[in-house]
Amino acid sequence: MKMARAAAIVLALFTFLGCSKESDSFKIGAVLSVTGPASFLGEPEKNTLLMLQDELNAKGGVEGRKVQIVIYDDESDVNKCVMAAKKLIENDKVAVVIGPSISGNTLAIAKFFAPAKIPLVSCSAAEKIVKPVDPWVFNTPQLDRHAVGKILMDAKKKGYAKLAILTVSDGFGQAGRAVLQELIPAQGLALVADEVFGPKDTDMSAQLTKIKGAAPDAIICWGTNPGPAVVARNRAQLGITTPLYMSHGVASKKFIELAGVSAEGLILPAGRLVAVSQVPDGNPQKALLTKYVADYTKKFGTAPSTFGGHAYDALMLVTEAVKMGKSFKPQDIRDNLEKIKAMPGTAGVYTMTPENHNGLDESAFVMVTIEKGEWKVVD
Amino acid sequence: MDQASLLQYLITGLTVGATYGLTALGFTIIFNTTGIINFAQGEFVMLGGMMSVFFMRALGLPEPLAIVLAVAGTTLIGALVERLAIRPVRDCPAINLVIITIGVSILIRGAAMLLWGKDTFALPAFSGAAPVAFFGAALMPQTLWVLAISLLILAGLKMFFSRSIHGKAMLACSFDPKAAALVGIGVDRMVLLSFMISALVGAVGGAILAPITLTSFDVGVMLGLKGFAACILGGLGNPFGAAAGGLILGVLESLGAGLISSAYKDALAFVILLALLFVRPSGLFGQKDGKRV
Repeated sequence: MKMARAAAIVLALFTFLGCSKESDSFKIGAVLSVTGPASFLGEPEKNTLLMLQDELNAKGGVEGRKVQIVIYDDESDVNKCVMAAKKLIENDKVAVVIGPSISGNTLAIAKFFAPAKIPLVSCSAAEKIVKPVDPWVFNTPQLDRHAVGKILMDAKKKGYAKLAILTVSDGFGQAGRAVLQELIPAQGLALVADEVFGPKDTDMSAQLTKIKGAAPDAIICWGTNPGPAVVARNRAQLGITTPLYMSHGVASKKFIELAGVSAEGLILPAGRLVAVSQVPDGNPQKALLTKYVADYTKKFGTAPSTFGGHAYDALMLVTEAVKMGKSFKPQDIRDNLEKIKAMPGTAGVYTMTPENHNGLDESAFVMVTIEKGEWKVVD
Repeated sequence: MDQASLLQYLITGLTVGATYGLTALGFTIIFNTTGIINFAQGEFVMLGGMMSVFFMRALGLPEPLAIVLAVAGTTLIGALVERLAIRPVRDCPAINLVIITIGVSILIRGAAMLLWGKDTFALPAFSGAAPVAFFGAALMPQTLWVLAISLLILAGLKMFFSRSIHGKAMLACSFDPKAAALVGIGVDRMVLLSFMISALVGAVGGAILAPITLTSFDVGVMLGLKGFAACILGGLGNPFGAAAGGLILGVLESLGAGLISSAYKDALAFVILLALLFVRPSGLFGQKDGKRV
């Protein structure tokens, strides 16, 4: 009897200790493509998360708890991503998971989160991640739909009626192509040419010559470097003066460097991060963007990319949800994520609903043009 | 279909085709000496472009000097590949050597990625980027450079293999190394020479193409594949055939993209290649020689 009593006390003590140990930190999981082909996404995301973790903890953490982020590298590989996700859910028992960096990986692991009752906030942009809505899955980047919408608004304003599209034959390009094919006729515009190029192609003159023959009012090119830079160069070489829109996929200094003088005058939708200094002072994103760019540049010696911003937004949405509910329970975090209203982030201003797990719209983009090798906000 | 567009497709095709042709030439040189296909040939092309960019940017050298250094550097790497990877196992069957060259290509690509990163780079055009109007089509000065230098290299190689004693010695090595050794040819030296020459040709190609096609650590993969296809199309072992094969492949792709569908341009070019090989298994300009197939 005495023994049993002692054992009970010890057990209770252990349980108590266990509890207090657990309440020490708010454990967040992250699975990112830090190495491999998608490292250009994962590396700035990881840097951003670690930087924010230090920053939050220096201010005493979130709701009294220290933030602890467990980051796994999926090496841009879908199998490693699945393993890392399972590890985060089953072994690390995190309250919420941030990432992955690539859409394919996100779609592969999304189904694990509803049964585990842990929210996933993805840093990848595919529309399929949040449509149809999975109650436990969110994403932070601007969607292709928003970028296309922004371009078409600009095109309509300028009175362009006939549009040609030139898309890359990879995942990004084909997702964009599908949205373009849907939205151009829906907006009452005509799609007069629909051309494709390979991600490793080195010359798109043939496609552009064909497009020129269809006499469009404007051309929309959808891809990530280096293809669009080649398109810009070929357009200049062929002496085509038809206006050329690019996608947000090339909103980096690298594109201007590759396309050189041919980049002059091109128009594209971009997040406000690329031209922070030109964001008007009254804008709700201005202060946090300025601080993020300054902090990141100071810490890592290079300006942050929009991709790092996606991780920034994911973490800030999660901490905001925790603050709203004053609860670290995965269920409460999920519920409160859906209630976030008008919260500024790096990509735009988030307003989540049970039907909208992305929270952004066209206003997340500004139209920029390239002038003397610099971004210039035109709208 | 108006004539200006058609002409534009042709010019585009010839420019792209020259890239395939130059890679194909490199394949031919090594094949003609050793009887093996060097799958690291695309990597030599990549090195020519990437090293030019590196010498220009990191060391601030003028473009012509940077290109000369890049070509010299790549030639040296070609020699190293032969000494370190091929010579120690030269008595193995050709298929083993071919597999080794695939390994070498992966190694070179990986090293380039670690050294120079995964970004794409551009090299300035040799004589301005303003296009010249040519019967309604736009012609880049760089295209003329590429076509002229390719022709020069082709003519030089043709002379080398058919006139010079070294060239003939290299050909002899491919037919029968043992017999070549018996008549006093240093087979090892010839194999080394062939790797150096093909690295040199590849590097020149990489450097003159970089202003048009841009360059990155992994451009060699696609170029190697298309260059090999050009070789087969033209007839393996014939330098003229290799260059012509490259140009034909480029023009086919360009016409396919322009006249039929850009989504299927690669498929289209390869379907025509297959159909042609059914009719002429030894390629367009290959000898009907059972031994080589």
